[in-house]
Amino acid sequence: MFNNLPIPFLVLSFFTILSALYVVTSKNPIHSVLALILTFFSISAHYVLLNAQFLAIVNLIVYAGAIMVLFLFVLMLLNLNKDAEPIKSNLWGIAAAISAGLLLLVITAAFQKAGENVVKHPVEGIGLVKALGQTLFTRFLVPFELSGALFLAAMVGSVLLGKRDKVNKDLLA
Amino acid sequence: MIFQNLDISHYIYLSTVLFSIGLFGVLFRRNAIVLLMCIELMLNAVNLLFTALSTYMGDADGQIFVFFIMVVAAAEAAVGLAILVMVYRNTRKTDVSFLDQLKG
Amino acid sequence: MSIIILLPLLGFLVSGIVGKYLPKQVVGLISTAAVVLSFAFALHMFLEKSILGEAVSQKWFTFLQVGGLQIDVAFTFDRLSGWMTLIITGIGSLIHLYSMGYMKEDEGYYKFFAYLNLFVFNMLLLVLGSNFIMLFFGWEGVGLCSYLLIGFWYKNLNYGKAARKAFVMNRIGDLGLLLGLFLIFKEFKSFDYTIVFDQIAAGNTPAHVLTAIALLLFVGAMGKSAQIPLYTWLPDAMAGPTPVSALIHAATMVTAGVYLVVRSQALYFQTALASDVIMWVGLATSLMAALIGLKQNDIKKVLAYSTVSQLGLMFVALGCGAYTAAMFHLTTHAFFKALLFLGSGSVIHGMHHEQDIRKMGGLKSKMPITYFTFLIGTLAITGFPFLSGFFSKDEILLHAFSHSPLVWGLSLISASITGFYMFRMFFVTFHGKYRNTHYPLEKVHESPITMTLPLLILAVLSVLGGLLNLPHYFGHNVAGAFSSYLAPMYKFAEHSPEVSASTEWLLLAAAVSVFIIAFVAMRMKYISKNSVPEEDDSMSGLGKVLANKFYVDEIYDAGVVAPIEIAGTVTDGLVDDIAIKGITDSIGKSPNWISSLLSRVQNGNIEYYLIYMVIAVSILLAINLF
Repeated sequence: MFNNLPIPFLVLSFFTILSALYVVTSKNPIHSVLALILTFFSISAHYVLLNAQFLAIVNLIVYAGAIMVLFLFVLMLLNLNKDAEPIKSNLWGIAAAISAGLLLLVITAAFQKAGENVVKHPVEGIGLVKALGQTLFTRFLVPFELSGALFLAAMVGSVLLGKRDKVNKDLLA
Repeated sequence: MIFQNLDISHYIYLSTVLFSIGLFGVLFRRNAIVLLMCIELMLNAVNLLFTALSTYMGDADGQIFVFFIMVVAAAEAAVGLAILVMVYRNTRKTDVSFLDQLKG
Repeated sequence: MSIIILLPLLGFLVSGIVGKYLPKQVVGLISTAAVVLSFAFALHMFLEKSILGEAVSQKWFTFLQVGGLQIDVAFTFDRLSGWMTLIITGIGSLIHLYSMGYMKEDEGYYKFFAYLNLFVFNMLLLVLGSNFIMLFFGWEGVGLCSYLLIGFWYKNLNYGKAARKAFVMNRIGDLGLLLGLFLIFKEFKSFDYTIVFDQIAAGNTPAHVLTAIALLLFVGAMGKSAQIPLYTWLPDAMAGPTPVSALIHAATMVTAGVYLVVRSQALYFQTALASDVIMWVGLATSLMAALIGLKQNDIKKVLAYSTVSQLGLMFVALGCGAYTAAMFHLTTHAFFKALLFLGSGSVIHGMHHEQDIRKMGGLKSKMPITYFTFLIGTLAITGFPFLSGFFSKDEILLHAFSHSPLVWGLSLISASITGFYMFRMFFVTFHGKYRNTHYPLEKVHESPITMTLPLLILAVLSVLGGLLNLPHYFGHNVAGAFSSYLAPMYKFAEHSPEVSASTEWLLLAAAVSVFIIAFVAMRMKYISKNSVPEEDDSMSGLGKVLANKFYVDEIYDAGVVAPIEIAGTVTDGLVDDIAIKGITDSIGKSPNWISSLLSRVQNGNIEYYLIYMVIAVSILLAINLF
């Protein structure tokens, strides 16, 4: 199965899965964040392999840059950088593993079935800014504008939530 | 794509495995921040599959979808973390099993 | 055409939903305007199309399609339905206008107008619908509105009971109608008027089926048009506000039965048995109601029995095959009975809700307009020569005579009794001395312009209504306009009465003479001798029986209500308590038990929910896959 695969893909995939596993299993949230950043980097490398150069860069900037910094910032702010998390029982681990494995099986089977219909039809330069921009600003113009509105709403929402509010104090106590 | 003998099914395997790892994390972990990170991981698995299919089929729409997923993920992370900060401020905890107020 | 139908509905929605927050005048104006506009459009359409004999059909949408059954929401504005539409919206407009004055003080003002508009809408549905199902919708709708409006002052328990009685009695009739409709569908596989009547006219249907359908439809008509044995609700329906009595229980809704029979002319023309049943039931109703009317002392009850009696006459005409005469009498009756009811409403308004004629008297000078218009109404209904009632009633009598002299004789008696009770009521109310000790004569006042204007218009119509269908001795140029207008609506041509000219004059002379006898006799009794109807407990003999309405209500109570109540009590104890309760309770408790198990699943913890979700998604995908 792995015999005639290119070495860079194998190495990269191995690295991706390993770091993703570390995200999930590490007890220290800070380590998780760092492992997740590594995962994103390797996914970006996959994008390069797939000739989606622009996406690779955007992925780095948005995920590894912005979102992960946000996570780190919150962790530091709440001072959660120690192994404070109570570990769930083994039973939970088995249940979670079984359900995740079940879904893995089913999804793989489903995609495998669907993947048979994929006709290989590569087009040059599809992952470059020019091609993407043309599609984005013609066919997807309305969703694009709407996502702007979504960002605004998210921004207002998080500011509102983050504000210190006396009334909310005893809400969850 | 760079390697001609890479099949689409390899990317399917890779992304479903990543997705399931994320899912396992969501199910297993109790720290809300780690939960959010696992969700990001799942979203990225989907992104990867989208991009792979887009490249294989020569259709730019898949990559546009990745953009929109990133948009939603960023918004979700911002709001989710804001909620988390508020919850922490009120309860001094980020443990999701503590949040069982939905109980009927 | 949709505008004609939708305007009242719009009026209902506006006054029903936001009417509470609008000033009274505005609500009244909106509702009245809706009906007046609807009348204007109907008149326009009538002059454009119906006069020329064109029918307008319109299909809105398919309401239901199941197997071979297709029911359309479709309407037809032809000569018959167009005429009914004119009556409904025309009289409806006048009564809306009148109600603005009559209901001024009432707190349920907006509700009243909403119901009235809803009623007009349903009535239009009834007459304009182009299949039996639309008719049925309207039929039920007007029944509902009638119920709502009879019980409008629902805080009075008796009024509420009267409303319930009307509803239940109508329901019995509706059951007949419904069975008739089922039979129609079974036989003809359609509800559409044209399809059904074409098939009936083709004459391939077995006679006994036709008779059964005709009789069942007539049971429906019995309920709605208050014929024996289902008539007792109508007098009780007088509990509603007077404009309601005028609109629903005199001019429009109660004539729905007549409309149904005329519409189904093709059916009734071929079923002699059903026609005979209709004629005799109508005759019996007419006589009985007229006799009861002689001894009633409530001004509205007299009019109610008079309505029942006149409806009976219409059914006599239908039974004789004189469909035009029935429609003609329906029209003139709508004019003068609405006039009389509105006039009595004006009296009641002026007397501050006093309805007993023994406590009235001498109102002539205080309420001149009401007096004058009421006089015209009375003369019209009793058959004063050349007023509308004279012509329409004579036409019915003529047809009755050519059918059988016996029927003619009995109808004439009924018509003459009309003269007796109407003049009795009229003289007692407006002439003689004022007799109410609780409410001084000085306070009695004439009604405002919104109430007297409809009275005047209706008075003019009552006088001139006869011109619609003059008898042939007026010359062929002017006579029979209404007959030739309606003639194309019939699948089978009507019989024209076969009597010689001299006989006809004799019949006329008889009719006029009974009118004169009634007038003179009542004038002698109540004006010259100045007598007053006796008190309830001093009555005896036949008078007492009449005043108690032949004890029909009591007989129904003992014969129908009591056995049903006993059966109800028994089944309540045995079937309900033991059998049904036992079974249903245990069925009811089992979900409770199961759900207590299931509720443990819902522990409010997100982690559990997540696992359920993942497993469920996997199962769904797997099902989709394999």
